[in-house]
Amino acid sequence: MGQLYQTQRAMRHMRKAAMQRGVIAILDVGTSKIACLVLRFDGDAPALEGVGSMAGQSNFRIIGAATTRSRGVSFGEVAAMAETERAIRTAVQAAQKMAGVRVDHVIATLSGARPRSYGLDGEVEIEAGQVTEGDIGRVLAACEMPDYGDGREVLHAQPVNFALDHRSGLADPRGQIGQRLTTDMHLLTVDATAIENLLYCIKRCDLEVAGLASSAYVSGISSLVEDEQELGAACIDMGGGSTGISVFIRKHMIYADSVRMGGDHVTSDISMGLQVPMATAERIKTFYGGVVATGMDDREMIEIGGDTGDWEHDRRTVSRAELIGIMRPRVEEILEEVRQRLDAAGFEHLPSQQIVLTGGGSQIPGLDGLATRILGQQVRLGRPLRVQGLPQAATGPAFAGSVGLCLFAAHPQDEWWDFDVPAEKHPARSFKRAFKWFKDNW
Amino acid sequence: MRPLNRLFRRPPAHGVRRDPAPTRWGYRYQRLMLTPAFRIGMRFGLPALFVALIGGIWFGQADNRTAFAAQVDRVKAMVQQRPEFMVGAVEIEGAEPALAAAIKAFLPETMPVSSFDLDLPEIRTRIRELTAVADATVRVRPGGTLEIVVTQRVPVAVWRYVDGLRLVDAEGVMTGMIAQRSDRSDLPLIAGDGAREKIDEALALFAAAAPVAPRIRGLVRMGERRWDLVLDRDQRILLPAEDPVPALERVMALDEAEDMLDRDIAAVDVRNEDRPTIRLTEQALVRLRRVSENN
Repeated sequence: MGQLYQTQRAMRHMRKAAMQRGVIAILDVGTSKIACLVLRFDGDAPALEGVGSMAGQSNFRIIGAATTRSRGVSFGEVAAMAETERAIRTAVQAAQKMAGVRVDHVIATLSGARPRSYGLDGEVEIEAGQVTEGDIGRVLAACEMPDYGDGREVLHAQPVNFALDHRSGLADPRGQIGQRLTTDMHLLTVDATAIENLLYCIKRCDLEVAGLASSAYVSGISSLVEDEQELGAACIDMGGGSTGISVFIRKHMIYADSVRMGGDHVTSDISMGLQVPMATAERIKTFYGGVVATGMDDREMIEIGGDTGDWEHDRRTVSRAELIGIMRPRVEEILEEVRQRLDAAGFEHLPSQQIVLTGGGSQIPGLDGLATRILGQQVRLGRPLRVQGLPQAATGPAFAGSVGLCLFAAHPQDEWWDFDVPAEKHPARSFKRAFKWFKDNW
Repeated sequence: MRPLNRLFRRPPAHGVRRDPAPTRWGYRYQRLMLTPAFRIGMRFGLPALFVALIGGIWFGQADNRTAFAAQVDRVKAMVQQRPEFMVGAVEIEGAEPALAAAIKAFLPETMPVSSFDLDLPEIRTRIRELTAVADATVRVRPGGTLEIVVTQRVPVAVWRYVDGLRLVDAEGVMTGMIAQRSDRSDLPLIAGDGAREKIDEALALFAAAAPVAPRIRGLVRMGERRWDLVLDRDQRILLPAEDPVPALERVMALDEAEDMLDRDIAAVDVRNEDRPTIRLTEQALVRLRRVSENN
């Protein structure tokens, strides 16, 4: 636990250093694509009239963007280290080339790694009568850690709610008078090996990690509008290898999960069903795919093509209805799975049950109609927020995670490790630690 | 025919773009090239280093060094010996013929000489070191003339010293020697140790003694402390060490009122300002006594 606290704190310091330098890269390691955006922070207000600071989104600008076909990533986890490293290198190099600057710090996200949410609460007595920053650190440290198992790491530990005596729903209790401070914390753990593999890949690319985030979380930041985040909404990020679910209320994520199925499974279904290579299947899916068949679709014939030299084989055609018949069960399965996860999380108890579909998979025509049947009436398709300098090609829903990560880089939410551990939690051997620091750094 | 080597392989079907990953070293090289300091170094540092290296290797050989030095000297001489830079004539202004001859001794003997070879500050210092010169300006005029403007020291007094008569200017600097007092009878005479250092006081005293100017023989510095004004008939006016000029003016006033100095007096002593004293000559004293005895 202490180890993790230090690691995350180190990442925060790294982020601060990157901010000072003014250039930071974000890296979205997905199953189907790896995106790298280079952000420049200049901190000046926008020159446009009538545009406010937009919650800090205006103080950065994307100066380099590149995506590459992902290799060696499956289910949002690194499956082949060397391939992934090469893909990251490709994306980073192209983005650097476009930006014309060298990037040393990178904030990464990953979509898989089996995230699991925990709700914690902690309670302390206030000594000074007035809540200080130290008290917040204390109450966060007082949360009882669940036994989340070996081989798992805490990715996010965000205080969601503070309550002082009998007043709940405080966002920032500092400076308020009270006796008993309680907090609710949302803890997200992921598989440690997945994180370590990703960190190792990034390290092999000579980059320093300045932060890690869950893809479901950052997609939610970018695709949910403010009132949805406030009133309660779920963001379904339908990626290539996994589908991320994040539930937001009062502008805090309270639940995150991921379904280990995504667009790639649809593609592989098409590939198997039509006996075509994956690349062709992907192309057919993006050009002709859908989930609601109409009478017109029976007549629309799609050339499947082939490369065998056999005329009969290479001239195969399939009707669009058949294609939809292959895709629909898999999409339904994904949405059913999402439904189950949301039910398990108690999503129906939220005051507003808005569901936002985003991610590359959400571009299947007719998906919103299908999702309405499975997930409930309030479903919309979400696109990520627009940020300055983002190329047109990267504004689609497939980039919800990348854009969210930009926002996360600009304005990370306070997490447990942003507050100092109370003094009694410090080991008594602080002199030894100081000595070690000297030894490590000199 | 299908080419069999890999370079000319057909692009993959259905337009899947080749997406080659950079090699690890290629990636590092690109990052290095994006580092600002490294780029500046490559753009400016490396060429500079290269040039310095070439130059260093070339100059490392003794033959090359001497050849280079000889070439530099040759070019320098060629430029310096151009007629535009040659100095052919000397013009000395404000100096007596004797002084001019002395100044000429400092100049190079063979006259058409390059102005680069003339050390004008050195010439000027040496001219200024001459006792008769107060200040000097040395410059090369366009047209190749060396112009020397000399301000001579003006002697204001004759100083009698153990080895003869010297001329002294207003600052107490000796400007020359004369053989006889009559050579410069227009200048007042001073004598005694330390007279030269107090020349300004002496001049003030001579000015104050203007009413008896024809009678003045000179001023004598007594014990490096005070002045005696010596008149003809061996008359002396003993002046105080402090404020001699007002004392002398008082004596002059007495003289004007009473014709004191025309009388038979050996010395007037005004060293004590409260009590001026006069000393009679021997004969005057005898006579005075006789007159007083008769009465």
